[in-house]
Amino acid sequence: MQKKMAYSFPDEVLEQVFSFIQSDKDRNAVSLVCKSWDEIERWCRRKVFIGNCYAVSPRMVIRRFPEVRSIKLKGKPHFADFNLVPDGWGGYVLPWIAEMAGAYPWLEEIRLKRMVVTDESLELIAKSFKNFKVLVLFSCEGFSTDGLAAIAASCKNLRELDLRESEVDDLSGHWLAHFPETCTSLVSLNISCLRSDEVSFSALERLVGRCPNLRSLRLNRAVTLDKIANILRRAPQLVDFGTGYYAAELQPDVFSNLAGAFSSCKELKSLSGFWDVVPAYLPALYSICPRLTSLNLSYATIQSPDLIKLVSHCPRLQRLLVLDYVEDSGLEELASSCKDLQELRVFPSDPFGAEPNVSLTEQGLVAVSLGCPKLRSVLYFCRRMSNAALVTIAQNRPNLTRFRLCIIEPKTPDYLTLEPLDVGFGAIVEHCKDLRRLSLSGLLTDHVFEYIGTYGKKLEMLSVAFAGDSDLGLHHVLSGCESLRKLEIRDCPFGDKALLANAAKLETMRSLWMSSCAVSFGACKLLGQKMPKLNVEVIDETEPPDSRPESCPVDKLYIYRSVAGPRFDMPPFVWTMDEAVRILH
Amino acid sequence: MAFEKDLNLDATELRLGLPGSSDESAKNQTPATLRSNNKRALPEESMSSNATASKNCDQETAPLPKAQVVGWPPIRSYRKNNLQPKKSEGEISGIYVKVSMDGAPYLRKIDLKVFKGYPELLKALEEMFKFKAGEYSEREGYNGSEFVPTYEDKDGDWMLAGDVPWEMFTNSCKKLKIMKGSEARGLGCV
Repeated sequence: MQKKMAYSFPDEVLEQVFSFIQSDKDRNAVSLVCKSWDEIERWCRRKVFIGNCYAVSPRMVIRRFPEVRSIKLKGKPHFADFNLVPDGWGGYVLPWIAEMAGAYPWLEEIRLKRMVVTDESLELIAKSFKNFKVLVLFSCEGFSTDGLAAIAASCKNLRELDLRESEVDDLSGHWLAHFPETCTSLVSLNISCLRSDEVSFSALERLVGRCPNLRSLRLNRAVTLDKIANILRRAPQLVDFGTGYYAAELQPDVFSNLAGAFSSCKELKSLSGFWDVVPAYLPALYSICPRLTSLNLSYATIQSPDLIKLVSHCPRLQRLLVLDYVEDSGLEELASSCKDLQELRVFPSDPFGAEPNVSLTEQGLVAVSLGCPKLRSVLYFCRRMSNAALVTIAQNRPNLTRFRLCIIEPKTPDYLTLEPLDVGFGAIVEHCKDLRRLSLSGLLTDHVFEYIGTYGKKLEMLSVAFAGDSDLGLHHVLSGCESLRKLEIRDCPFGDKALLANAAKLETMRSLWMSSCAVSFGACKLLGQKMPKLNVEVIDETEPPDSRPESCPVDKLYIYRSVAGPRFDMPPFVWTMDEAVRILH
Repeated sequence: MAFEKDLNLDATELRLGLPGSSDESAKNQTPATLRSNNKRALPEESMSSNATASKNCDQETAPLPKAQVVGWPPIRSYRKNNLQPKKSEGEISGIYVKVSMDGAPYLRKIDLKVFKGYPELLKALEEMFKFKAGEYSEREGYNGSEFVPTYEDKDGDWMLAGDVPWEMFTNSCKKLKIMKGSEARGLGCV
């Protein structure tokens, strides 16, 4: 009895203590300690992250956490980025907004990724949350600039409006004029995804000019190069800037104006945009290059010599996104100039061409792995690779946490030995003990999965395509990777055995995607029946899966854990395998 | 070789094998239906009458054009859409002008942006219309040529091509005309 008394604090004290705990994982851990901690914690939780919007229902979230101020939701599976998830699959945010409008009148922040957002949803947000501050729509779709106008007009304390990489129906640039003259609170504005050629430039200029706290501004292509200087002069406090169109005929006065405007931005550390670059205008950036930590040139079709010149001016660079025009020579220069580099992404300029159009090979990546001791995150598209190169990279950079390699032609072997790349990727998982994310490509047998299952203990996300020989491959991963949360597989000969043998594992993961594999409809039904806490969804656009024999493989399969049960907003081409072996649709 | 599952024929087929034992040999063929998806069309026979013997050999031994697989390579459509240059007419991408020639039945169009200067432009015009322009000199224009390249500028005047600097020319040229030498005399010449 007395022991209990000695350990009980008043609720207010515990609340105060908990308020210092920001991370979701830690918060979840706190709530598991005991019932009273769970109760206190849930009343003071302000931020909720829901990695799969179908894993839980809005009502359940609201019931458990009544005082939320900030919510982050993710919708479609990652492979939706590559058109593997048909339109209309789901991921609608409206039901969430509708429930939260009543339950969270003080909601301040909504962050969404891969969700379908409609103008109706945006209007509801604008109407419902009086203290709304942050709206981030990452890779979302379904809305137009009309919805944005509603947000601009109504949200008096708006701090962030970030539309990164969303598909927006850009009806006109006039929505910007809906920000009232009294709006001075903007800290971040990202409209880079807006596709129309019109933008209300004067409204934009005035908005930028009256927001003294604006730190991040990313423009779209409608803003021409000659206008950039005007914008920058109104916001010399910017830390992150995305140019619009960076091309024009070279005119000395425009150039010097631009260079002067850039040099007046003493805090500028991050640049992006750069669609259609005229290399002659790049030197306008030289004054800020020494401070740059992040540079996104992944839309800039500039050739290696110009890239090398630019990059050699940026010794503090930590993050570089670039097209493969950089070539091996450019990456070698990067390796010698940028010793602080942590993240490198090299995208293909001609992904569908049959022949290489640039001289970018595994050598460039090897050079960077050798020269950049802080390199942690890699995304690399190339056309050839060798086990030797991968082993070298792994040995040079055991601190890698993200490694995504895409060899453009599926099933490409080691170009030197013609063997599979099992050993190379095996070295990556073996040496890089903190590896959290891995994407495989090239010719791979079940062996690579054996390595991954044995060594990939911290691996959280794995992407596999055109790899493996049998169910053993999938079994190695599901049984070995203890930290696995997301697994996405396409075009691999993985079938029922591994899946059914590791059914329990699936409840410890966020989701599993399998398309063009060999999982039968019968196995899907069995899984749905055995595992009530899993939603097993079969996607088939040609015909219902039960119109064929049970042994036929399904086209696409998406399995995710959920406490909300099967969803009811499925389109005609998605079937869920309900536990009662009813096929809901 | 990977291929696109356009009709998902595998799934509708009744199979005797166990699920998971997919028909590997079927996967390695490239069905005829896929040729229509290829980016690289096989060269047409009528294309060039100058096709050399070595070219023909290359055609026979060239690898089969690759079929495009859905969602591969894994590039977001946002990125794919943004890599295409802005399709606006005028200054930055492509300066297309009509080219006519006295006596030719129809006009052609060329992109002035692809040429670095007059010599390249003239060579291209000569090849396109099968004529010879001759040597250019500031004093005498294309003296002695049967055909002469002229252009209409922003003011609507017909000028001799070659007098003004290349950049100025590409900015002001509205259309090109290959005139007969006899008619071109007096154009722009001092």
